[in-house]
Amino acid sequence: MDSKRRDFLKIAGLTAIAGIAAPSAFNTLLKGEAIAAGGHGAAAPTGKRYGMVIDVKKFTENPGLAEQCISACHTIHNVPDFGNRKDEIKWLWIESYEHAFTTASQYKRPDALKDMPILTLCNHCDNPPCVRACPTKATFKKKDGIVGMDYHRCIGCRFCMAACPYGARSFNWRDPRGKDANGQPFIKSENPKYPARMRGVVEKCNFCTERLAIGQIPACVEVAAQTKAIVFGDINDPESEISQVLKTSFTIQRNPAIGTYPSLFYII
Amino acid sequence: MIEKAFKGSTGYWVWMLFLLSIMGMGGLFYVQQFNYGLGITGMSRDVTWGIYISQFTFLVGVAAGGLMLVLPYYIHDYKAFGRIVILGEFMAIAAIAMCLMFIIADLGQPMRALNVMLYPTPNSMLFWDMIVLNGYLFLNILCGWVVLQSEYKGIKYPKWIKPFIYLSIPWAISIHTVTAFLYCGLPGRHFWLTAILAPRFLASAFAAGPALLMVIAMILKKTTKFDVGREAQDKLVTIIGYAAMLNFFFLGCEFFVAYYSQIPGHMHTLDYLFWGLGHGDQVYNNLVPFMRASVIMGLAGIALIFVSRAKQSDGLLVVSCLLIFISFWIDKGLGLVLGGFVPSPLEYVTEYVPSVQELGITAAIWATGFFILSILYKVAISVKLEKEA
Amino acid sequence: MYGKGRIIPALIIFLGLMTSPIWYKSGEASKMPKPEKPKDYTECVAPTQEMRTSHMVLLNEWRDDILREGGARTGKTPNGTEYIRSLQNGCMQCHSDKKKFCDACHNYTSVKPYCWDCHLQPKEAM
Repeated sequence: MDSKRRDFLKIAGLTAIAGIAAPSAFNTLLKGEAIAAGGHGAAAPTGKRYGMVIDVKKFTENPGLAEQCISACHTIHNVPDFGNRKDEIKWLWIESYEHAFTTASQYKRPDALKDMPILTLCNHCDNPPCVRACPTKATFKKKDGIVGMDYHRCIGCRFCMAACPYGARSFNWRDPRGKDANGQPFIKSENPKYPARMRGVVEKCNFCTERLAIGQIPACVEVAAQTKAIVFGDINDPESEISQVLKTSFTIQRNPAIGTYPSLFYII
Repeated sequence: MIEKAFKGSTGYWVWMLFLLSIMGMGGLFYVQQFNYGLGITGMSRDVTWGIYISQFTFLVGVAAGGLMLVLPYYIHDYKAFGRIVILGEFMAIAAIAMCLMFIIADLGQPMRALNVMLYPTPNSMLFWDMIVLNGYLFLNILCGWVVLQSEYKGIKYPKWIKPFIYLSIPWAISIHTVTAFLYCGLPGRHFWLTAILAPRFLASAFAAGPALLMVIAMILKKTTKFDVGREAQDKLVTIIGYAAMLNFFFLGCEFFVAYYSQIPGHMHTLDYLFWGLGHGDQVYNNLVPFMRASVIMGLAGIALIFVSRAKQSDGLLVVSCLLIFISFWIDKGLGLVLGGFVPSPLEYVTEYVPSVQELGITAAIWATGFFILSILYKVAISVKLEKEA
Repeated sequence: MYGKGRIIPALIIFLGLMTSPIWYKSGEASKMPKPEKPKDYTECVAPTQEMRTSHMVLLNEWRDDILREGGARTGKTPNGTEYIRSLQNGCMQCHSDKKKFCDACHNYTSVKPYCWDCHLQPKEAM
């Protein structure tokens, strides 16, 4: 092989690789730097960032409260119930400690922990892998920290579901507005103020962005308001209630080691 | 040139009708899936990608495998590949066509597929995959057709095609690298989160692609007068054999990292794939027989392929290539994608079993691939034989 | 002309088939659709002509603005009436009968928007 040809090939190969990899690699690197600038383990506080503190003990003290939260959320958002695990769609659900906190120690835990209902939902990560994966920007991060979805644009590739480390995303495997074998609609009672979804798109919790916009708090927070089991607010605002709670209580996050920076905190 | 595809023996037409009947059957299943939704498949909330995406992943490899012929022939001027290189390029076309069909079959909203171009998203690996796959399809159609047409006319291929051929070489690497990046950049999926995923993909691609090609070449040798030649055959044995060994070396690296480090997350999926994963009071192991067979077949294939060369036995060569091809089909076309979902990030174990409709659609897409391949090969071989006669 | 015995009849058949929709509907002028306008309101969010031609663009703009940019949920008409920038909670407040309003034109022009795959129509009209 003559040297001219070899040189040409080298250049051709490098150009192709650079062309393919550079923009996205750049993007990722820059983002990584932005986070690192805030110090190890915490994002630089800029702008609004909605977050949540869930006090798991309060849910044990008030049996049935978690279920009420779920029911409120799912009714308001027209989340269908297919009655099986395969098609299941959930925005907010109860998980056991061992499944919610897979990376935390499971060894020699108090017995009580076993039956604790841990409310789980989209973590609205500050560095969301689902947003990185989505090929159409159908899922995106908003200025207020909420990870949103545009169901009109979703092509149903389910890349975001593979990317989400928290199992927070559900896919409409079949028509959510259909009926089961007994003629019962999957959406038990429709909320006329909020849309449903269609077959073939991914959906998840939206932090009740439609309620925040008109000055209401998220549905689950409202249900749990009396017990103060869920505190919601801007974690970047040092004066907010949630910031006070975070300052004074020991909280944990789900799988913090993978750099997603969840906006959800748990008091166990 | 294309008229060559319309003249053929009874055997050719029976074969094409057979493929068409499978395509028709799959088409009906797809109508069913289109109307009901992807719930008709065996996929679930926990296992969100099934046999469609795993076939896609495997076939990207088959497409990239064409590189093992293009590179020696055009760069190192390895003349012995003169007759077979066109088969490699045309196989890439059929394989990429299958890849694109598998992606469309897997979309929940296939009518919106063009949103990927309408809203380009450079941080998504799927966006880049779309670009490299379509680019590679274009390059192979262009290069394969132009070179063959020149041969048909009895002239040397035009100079302007050379840059495209050179470009197709790094491009072949890129299609499988980007496809690996789909998986290995996802936090929270331990099995995929490995830097050797792209190299491993390439190694298996460089074995599986040429192995399939070899099987087809041997069938052509039997059924037509087309013979790729002994030297090309022997050289391909070396390529397939070493690439297959590399794949097992990489697999061995994965085993070492998982079981020596003893990190549970790294061991879980390998446990599930090769030994069965206990969860609660149940053991989940529906892929174990496949994965073990894959390893045995792959290793046997490597041993036999070198024996076949020593004994100059075409029969043994076909058997060993089939063993290697099936081994890597199981490894990548089943284990790699399905295994990544077990256990789920929340450490639940959900097993996946494809539905009848899903298998029917999968078979139909393979049949469509072979249909395209048969037409292209018919043209290529008719031209080659005509020129040599 | 070579093979004209076959080509000319084939051309005539082809032309006949291509223009068949015109023959099929000839003689009866299609009635223009008359979407029923709300009785209690006289003003929409934009002039009628603009709404007629580009209501879908407006809906897309509202969606992208609210969903992605956190844009305002309400707007004001030129006369100062406040409205909700939403198909389901805005438009359908006035145009409460989908069949008599949306479908009238959509059926006529044979467009099938997928709005109602997700969005719920006002109950009383269903």
